[in-house]
Amino acid sequence: MIAYITRRALYAIPILIGVNLLTFALFFMVNTPDDMARIHLGVKRVTPAAIIAWKRENGYDKPLLWNAAAHGAAKLTDTIFFEKSASMFVFRFGRSDDGRDIGRDIRTRMWPSLAIALPVFVVGLAVNITFALLLVFFRSTYLDFWGVVLCVAMMSISSLFYIIAGQYLVGKMWRLVPISGYAGGLEAVKFVMLPVAIGIISGIGSGTRWYRTIFLEEIAKDYVRTARAKGLSELRVLFCHVLKNGMIPILTGAVVVIPLLFMGSLIMESFFGIPGLGSYTIDAIHSQDFAVVRAMVFLGSVLYIAGLVLTDISYTLVDPRIRLA
Amino acid sequence: MTLPFEPVVLRTDALIYLLLAGLLVLGRYIRRREHLHPPWRRLARSRPAMISLVVLSAYAAIGLLDSLHYRPLLNHVNGASAPVYSARVLSVFDALVTPLRRRVETTYSAPFAAYSYAKVTRHLPGGQTVRMFPRLKYGGAFLKHPAAEAWPDIMATTARALIPAIWLWAGLAAAIAAGLARRERRRFIAVGREIWRNQRAVPWRAILLTVGVLLLFAFPAAALSVKYHILGTDKVGQDVFYLALKSIRTGLVIGTLTTMVMLPLALLLGITAGYFRGWVDDAIQYLYTTLNSIPGVLLIVAAVLMMQVYMGKNPALFDTVAVRADMRLLFLCIILGMTSWTGLCRLLRGETLKLREMEYIQAAEAFGVHRWRILTRHILPNVMHIVLITVVMDFSGLVLAEAVLSYVGVGVDPSMQSWGNMINSARLEMAREPMVWWQLAAAFLFMFGLVLPANLFADALRDAFDPRIGPQR
Repeated sequence: MIAYITRRALYAIPILIGVNLLTFALFFMVNTPDDMARIHLGVKRVTPAAIIAWKRENGYDKPLLWNAAAHGAAKLTDTIFFEKSASMFVFRFGRSDDGRDIGRDIRTRMWPSLAIALPVFVVGLAVNITFALLLVFFRSTYLDFWGVVLCVAMMSISSLFYIIAGQYLVGKMWRLVPISGYAGGLEAVKFVMLPVAIGIISGIGSGTRWYRTIFLEEIAKDYVRTARAKGLSELRVLFCHVLKNGMIPILTGAVVVIPLLFMGSLIMESFFGIPGLGSYTIDAIHSQDFAVVRAMVFLGSVLYIAGLVLTDISYTLVDPRIRLA
Repeated sequence: MTLPFEPVVLRTDALIYLLLAGLLVLGRYIRRREHLHPPWRRLARSRPAMISLVVLSAYAAIGLLDSLHYRPLLNHVNGASAPVYSARVLSVFDALVTPLRRRVETTYSAPFAAYSYAKVTRHLPGGQTVRMFPRLKYGGAFLKHPAAEAWPDIMATTARALIPAIWLWAGLAAAIAAGLARRERRRFIAVGREIWRNQRAVPWRAILLTVGVLLLFAFPAAALSVKYHILGTDKVGQDVFYLALKSIRTGLVIGTLTTMVMLPLALLLGITAGYFRGWVDDAIQYLYTTLNSIPGVLLIVAAVLMMQVYMGKNPALFDTVAVRADMRLLFLCIILGMTSWTGLCRLLRGETLKLREMEYIQAAEAFGVHRWRILTRHILPNVMHIVLITVVMDFSGLVLAEAVLSYVGVGVDPSMQSWGNMINSARLEMAREPMVWWQLAAAFLFMFGLVLPANLFADALRDAFDPRIGPQR
């Protein structure tokens, strides 16, 4: 197992280098440090001297990829690529445009993100699987047909609609919870409730339909017939036998997103004013703070790859036939 | 000779024409080959698919009319020897709905309102000032006493508009029945009875009923929209109905062109990776794993931000607002395509890996058929069902994604009408009392009206084409 994880971690390195190079190309080739200086100085104060001063102050006064003026290894390390991009491998994200430490911001802001994303994930998974099993229980009846129609209708509605409608109904008309904002500790519950509920509801349509197809494929198999022949009740067959055997496809889709829960949701957090990583990214986009966006892109890729490894490990937990070597 | 207009082909227009031409060629190709017919026949017999197709066609018709662009002739330019054309790019659709486009109020007004949403201060002749809701310039302007006359007038207009709708529908139904009767050399009455009793293989009754419902909505809407603002007006007084209709093209372009842009790349890389294996496979797998491991939204955001920087640095490339907005739309399609081709590429690679071990491919190899000929003649046609299913399944997701991206601020150009922009601008007015709901409602409704049929159609298409599901269902 440990050998397997080590190997997967080593495989991740070329991919992360690729991601790093790609983001570097996107952010520095198109938008050269000179352009960044111009944007930040504003139109009025742009002089060649000011640009050079800004670049020196922010560490952009080096060559992009190859420093011919330096000696030895410094030819590679004394460059913008090494200082700003490659350093992300050791999770040194540098500073944002307003001088804050990005690494620290991420560490403080991931908790509110997690407070919303984790309940949405866990409860949403449970709700979707339950609904899907119930649809399978009532398969080829009108209940199943209209259930699927409802699912398709629900997934055809824009996620923005759920948020806006939810905010209007629960927050503004019924005044059950505050419309937006956040507080630490137990106070957070009342701010988190509505976004979580909306997140779960907006995912029901596609989730239920997806799990329903998984379970329908399982239900045609022989072990289900055996279980029924033993005289088990249909509900028991579904919730014990079919659910267990459907775990592999379920885990394939679900485990991969677990690490990404830290990143939060861009839309949800900015609508509800949650100070998480999603709204952090949105704010960075609006203020064109590329250092933050770059850091988030890299972090997202690392977490995604971690998710893939976790998925493989989770297979061994639900299926004893699978061994990682 | 001077034309009364100068045709303008925007870049996305050109791609749409190309797409249409491609569909026509594909249609002819399939029509001539009997062995390709069964899945299409299954699709034509699915009732949800055909109902969705009617609705989608209505959307597509508006989108296509909106893709024929021109610049009108300015007739009041003095002393110009050559004809001078307006800088504003209009479309045929704009020309058709000129009254909707021209009747701009000063600010918000509710659907069917005759009064403005906002109070203004008016000076009376006696020197007094009053706060009042002013009458609208166009919406219900012909009414003397709006409170009493509006509803009877709306009812009467609707009723009058229903008559031509019913006639048109009856004519259409008769034409379809007559066409079918002629093709099958049977009596018109017999075919008509079959349609009525829903006994035909193709669900004509459902199709006709859907067309009927659409006409029953479209005709009164058209008649009423000339007299009122049936979906209200937005902040600068533009008719929301017009904006929602104009947004159709944006949604369709994003839904279709995005997949078209990425298709050649995904096809080429997917098939070659699966067929050649070895280092080609490794390189291509590395490429799409890398792209895939960046969270989609973030990659789109990064790419769009850079595109904005690039366009800001080269303003000379984009001379008019329309061209600029159009370029941005195209860039957005390309970026969305670049981030979403990986899934299709992986599917194609897997399928090609399976196909290359089949006996007919081995036979072709044994006969010394050239590799590229094997790829294009033997493998490509046999993975096309995957391409078709993916393209159609992706459509609805892309339409929904546009709204979210526009909200994040990396969507289409703010000057371009789109549902995302409508939602984004209306969101800021949520806190107003009474709430300005009509803009949001219109955007969500039109989006839902496109995405729901698209989802249903995609499902039916997958059922018809996926060999794993098989023809028995």
